Amino acid sequence: MATAEIEPTPAPAASPPPWTATLHEWLVTVDHKKIGVLYVLMAVVFLFLGGAAAIAMRLQLWAPGLTLVPPITFNQFFTLHGTTMVFFVGMPILIGIANYAVPLQIGARDMAFPRMNAFGFWTTFFGALLVYFSFLVPGGPPAIGWFAYAPLTENSFARGPGVDCWALGLIVSGIGTTTGGINFIATILCMRCPGMTLRKVPFFVWVMFWTSIQIVVVMPPLTAALTMLEFDRQLGAHFFDTQAGGSAYLWQHLFWFFGHPEVYILVLPAFGMISEVVPVFSRKVLFGYEFMAAATAAIVFISLGVWAHHMFSVGMSRTLDLFFVAATMLVSVPTGIKLFNWLATVYGGKLVLKSPMLFALGFLSMFVIGGLTGVILACAPIDFQVTDTYFVVAHFHWVLIGGTLFGVFSAIHYWYPKVTGRMLSERLAKWQFWLFLIGFIVTFAPMHFAGILGMPRRIYTYGSDRPWEIWNQIATIGALIQAPSYLIFGYNLVVSLWKGDVAGDDPWDAWTLEWATTSPPPPYNFAVVPVVKSRRPLWDAKHPDDPDWKYE
Amino acid sequence: MTDAAAPHEKVMPESEAAPPDPTLGIEARPELHKVGMICFLVSEASFFSTLIMAYVIFLRHGSETGPTPAQVFTLPLVLVNTAALILSSFTVHFAEKALHAGKTAAFRLLWLATIVLGTGFLVGTMYEWNELIHTHGLTIGVNMFGSTYYTLVGFHAFHVTIGVISLAAVLLVSLRGELRGAHPMPVTLVGWYWHFVDVVWVFVFLVVYVVGR
Repeated sequence: MATAEIEPTPAPAASPPPWTATLHEWLVTVDHKKIGVLYVLMAVVFLFLGGAAAIAMRLQLWAPGLTLVPPITFNQFFTLHGTTMVFFVGMPILIGIANYAVPLQIGARDMAFPRMNAFGFWTTFFGALLVYFSFLVPGGPPAIGWFAYAPLTENSFARGPGVDCWALGLIVSGIGTTTGGINFIATILCMRCPGMTLRKVPFFVWVMFWTSIQIVVVMPPLTAALTMLEFDRQLGAHFFDTQAGGSAYLWQHLFWFFGHPEVYILVLPAFGMISEVVPVFSRKVLFGYEFMAAATAAIVFISLGVWAHHMFSVGMSRTLDLFFVAATMLVSVPTGIKLFNWLATVYGGKLVLKSPMLFALGFLSMFVIGGLTGVILACAPIDFQVTDTYFVVAHFHWVLIGGTLFGVFSAIHYWYPKVTGRMLSERLAKWQFWLFLIGFIVTFAPMHFAGILGMPRRIYTYGSDRPWEIWNQIATIGALIQAPSYLIFGYNLVVSLWKGDVAGDDPWDAWTLEWATTSPPPPYNFAVVPVVKSRRPLWDAKHPDDPDWKYE
Repeated sequence: MTDAAAPHEKVMPESEAAPPDPTLGIEARPELHKVGMICFLVSEASFFSTLIMAYVIFLRHGSETGPTPAQVFTLPLVLVNTAALILSSFTVHFAEKALHAGKTAAFRLLWLATIVLGTGFLVGTMYEWNELIHTHGLTIGVNMFGSTYYTLVGFHAFHVTIGVISLAAVLLVSLRGELRGAHPMPVTLVGWYWHFVDVVWVFVFLVVYVVGR
């Protein structure tokens, strides 16, 4: 694994290389930038697939008693929607962006293990294909929900091989994700350019370091649990087979021991992206870097001990309930610290309201609401009442869209000029932002009310005697407002490749190292290894009279 | 948009002539591989912790049908197996010491001894499983004990197998004279992996054969 191949410089040819050569180059690449782009493209494709399932479900719930989507298909759709969005959109898009940005931000040539990096992408991708392969097997895709509670996943209840495709696909992609985590840790610990101590890394890098630790610790238990499930299904073991002494409760513990840190794996990188965008577009340094850094570590540690707040209603014990209530409340403290630090960064700044900042502000305002419903749900008595209702659906969509997706859109609008050398259209980005923001609120706000009124999640239809119809109709209208925003986003990504303004090396007048090289960067990233003296090396370079390192 | 770009088009000095060193930052950092290996072993530890936990849980809540641990385990065979694996941790350690001291022949001999001990462990496990299955009728499907036992011990044996293959690969490289220096990275890393597999066995042994009996 020693040397990373450098593509031999192609001789100046008169005609562009044939498309097969380009395809081959992308398929065998070990370059962190190309792999990062592959991750993001994969995630965007699956975003549209998962989104299509969501639209179908929203249409089915428009009015009581509709038969647009049959019950079994509805179950398969919400299973695939959840699995896709968490494993094949959320994680790949965050890992992909980090794959692109982290080595550039720390002044490295590539990730620590370039071939393992390619391995990680392809296993993630083929894992996703394996899950979608379930469309071709008898019985079709799994209908088990994304957290696949036992014993619904056992042979007696899920007879077709759909669940096997699902479990094997997640094992395969989970291995890919784990190698990604290992790679980030080694990269961030060992590949930083001279002068960049761990206290001087860009905040996104710091966050990716802690996210990777979380990946390395919590992905293997999921792999183990999925393996046990496959042993149950294929070899006749009984881990989760309640009729033969197995335990459905064990599956819940194992899944959520992974599943809760997973939501932090999905949101922490977005925190990092926001922490890059907000200072640059407020023209101020990140407020309270040290507190932000400590809060990140605190979130990672505490989040390893909150998983069973997903399980209040299974009837653990009063002691366990109290412990997990307290731990969950506790994790909101460092998250709150972060929020106030971002606000303090914005406060008094000269705001530049370009698209990355719009999405960042959307993040700040929306994520806090999702966080608040999280604190509400952390109270076990309230959870007893609203668990498995649309209130929970509203909560986690508010966090994962209001948090993760806003952060991801912010990051993509921020780094697209670096990746392609072209600016995204600001006009289209603003259309996307406002449709997305309004559509998002209109979709998910009514779900809180439907949930409090008792609408269970995952029902394919409901009776007309229930007071839920109006909330469902508002939500469906919201989904239809949101849908074009994603299409505009996709259109903007493609068209700006040709039509976008030429970006230059540093279109945002930013301060971290990725803006010091060309857009797009050469395969070797930096012709001369940069040397840094502060957290904002480019500020130092642009302002030799007043460099940061004098004050840090 | 481009208005913001104007003042700082080229912010860092760049020399077009300087040929970038392709290995820069990769070969030059040996600790890289160690960090990667440690992270990998942490993830493995997390994996085995889950399996061990599942084993412990079903010790208390398992079903009553079929053979129990107390009925089926033959301690002498397990003790020999355990001794072989623990001894192999010492042989791999002294093999490394020998290599550091430049004694290639001693290194190869001790490394080979490690492979033999590891293979011996696998053969022992094979005998044990053969007896469990054919004499006692303990299979993965017969009860919770069978499910958890074969999963845990099987995954450990699988890791020993990977370890033996890796050890053999290093020996092959050494025999071809391609293992350079006194501290070759493959020797260190495969050594770590082997120690890790042994430590996991100590936990498995304590949980399955001592506490769980």
